[in-house]
Amino acid sequence: MSSSNDNRGGRTLGLLGGERRWSAGTPPKDVTGWAVTAIFVSLLVICASYYTLRDIQAATVILGVDGVIANAILVICGLVILPLLWPAIQSWRQSQVAKAALAKNNLVDARVATAASRDYAYYTLGFAAAIVTLLLVAEFFVANNLAVSRTFFLLPLIGSSFWTILKAFWINIYIFVVAEILVLVWGLIVAVARLVPGEAGRPIRMMSTIYTDMFRGLPAIINIYLIGFGLSLTGLPWVKDFSQESFAILALTLTYGAYVAEVYRAGIESIHWSQVAAARSLGLSYLQTMRYVIVPQAVRRIIPPLLNDFIGLQKDTALVNVIGSIDAFNQAKIVASNHFNLSPVTTVAILFILITIPQARFVDKLVERDQRRMRAGGS
Amino acid sequence: MAMIEIRDIHKSYGDHKIFTGLSLEVEEHQVVCLIGPSGCGKSTLLRCMNGLESIQGGEIRIHGDRMTGPGVDVNALRRDVGIVFQSFNLFPHMTVLENVTLAPIKVLNEKRSDAEAKAMTLLKRIGLEHKAKEYPDRLSGGQQQRVAIVRALAMGPMVLLLDEITSALDPELVSEVLNIVRDLAAEGMTMLLATHEMGFAREVASKICFLCDGKVHEEGPPAEIFGNPKQERTRAFLQRIIEAGRL
Repeated sequence: MSSSNDNRGGRTLGLLGGERRWSAGTPPKDVTGWAVTAIFVSLLVICASYYTLRDIQAATVILGVDGVIANAILVICGLVILPLLWPAIQSWRQSQVAKAALAKNNLVDARVATAASRDYAYYTLGFAAAIVTLLLVAEFFVANNLAVSRTFFLLPLIGSSFWTILKAFWINIYIFVVAEILVLVWGLIVAVARLVPGEAGRPIRMMSTIYTDMFRGLPAIINIYLIGFGLSLTGLPWVKDFSQESFAILALTLTYGAYVAEVYRAGIESIHWSQVAAARSLGLSYLQTMRYVIVPQAVRRIIPPLLNDFIGLQKDTALVNVIGSIDAFNQAKIVASNHFNLSPVTTVAILFILITIPQARFVDKLVERDQRRMRAGGS
Repeated sequence: MAMIEIRDIHKSYGDHKIFTGLSLEVEEHQVVCLIGPSGCGKSTLLRCMNGLESIQGGEIRIHGDRMTGPGVDVNALRRDVGIVFQSFNLFPHMTVLENVTLAPIKVLNEKRSDAEAKAMTLLKRIGLEHKAKEYPDRLSGGQQQRVAIVRALAMGPMVLLLDEITSALDPELVSEVLNIVRDLAAEGMTMLLATHEMGFAREVASKICFLCDGKVHEEGPPAEIFGNPKQERTRAFLQRIIEAGRL
């Protein structure tokens, strides 16, 4: 009967037979190890930071941008790192508080201090990981006498070629804006065709399935190549006179129409059948039910995945360079080979990234606004 | 001739038999309550009556006209036979007013202004005219179900089917919905209710039908079914309801 004498113990009713100790009553684990690790890691990161800052200082000399201002910025960076020590020290202090409390058999205080100590240690390690990543990136850029920076970020060349490339980027924007509008319509048509009900709808469903399977599997670059070079060779009336951009729009619409059709289909199928029952029971026809009840709800749900496909489409406009269209990528390649430097291509990369970010935020806002309007609890 | 005649209908899902020769008649202005254990086909019967489900044998006639089998204009049938569901099924992307006016505008080709005026009259009757511009998710369950009833009424149905309309509601919201049904009954609306609200069924029903084993096992006026059921199965079912404190 030793456990019944334990002042931290207790017994449950013997429903399962035997005695049962109150196991949550055990003292907290020792966290000194975490605290020591935190202090050690923070000191290490601070040393590494000074090492990197010294490398950066050397790089500013090479670039000829050294001076009071550059050095002042570097010193400030060095000072900003120091507060990393603070959570590490807090972690150590709390671990000592916990130890003292435990010695007085004060379990509650010991638990509180242990939890605080552990939290501070985690803060330290989390921030340390982020800083180390930044340091590695910085070292990468200044390594080998600034080789990386010179290869990808030669600022004078980026500056002199920027407008030429931005102008060419309009071609990409034109292609994806037109293609996106067409894809929205075409994808919905394919999706609805795939969901046509009944035995009579089977051939329609099959055609839609075959189309989706084909164009989802076909690499966009091959599709653009075949359509861009092929259709102008066929001599078909009207079609053979399309511009390269129009061929690109056609190819991308066909490819992304297949993806987007599947997104639409998933959205439509995610609407509970009771909505169809409710609409049909009011006398709405199948098409009216789709038009007024199902598709409007489905579209709201698929906006985020739709954005994914649109970003994919936007990036794939860079593939039109295979048919010789002078888009931003092709223009950048021309400049790059003239100067034996890749920095103009970096410009294109940044342009592509920059246009997607506002779209992502816009979609977030759109979804949020919609939910606030329709859901309970918002206002 | 009865307004609605359900004659010897059969239906099964695979091996699972739902109806094995169910027959039932409903007179105009009658309120018929369907009771019975869950899974006995109360909801399915209502869904068959406005063409949301098909039957495999027998027939349903309304005003003598056969309403089952191929060639029936189900969209027209559903204008005359309205249904309200257990889970309300309001359209979440539309306001209350849009929910109520959608079908009158698109199916009956009413002018928007006329449809909205009619909808507002109906909403005023159930005391929800101030919610006309709200979205359904902002409404309580009882309010949503009242809107669902109004949405069905806006089509001017001749028969109203109510499929366990209070089962998904918190107890304190049940009465606001039942009051509307009570008013409709007093006005002479022909209604079929699948329900577990035995007290309410006893009060409003002209006829109670106990469904069991794919048939109407016993039917009669409420006083007879609740007071003196003839069949052993009916008695056992009602006994369980009483034990659960629901009667």
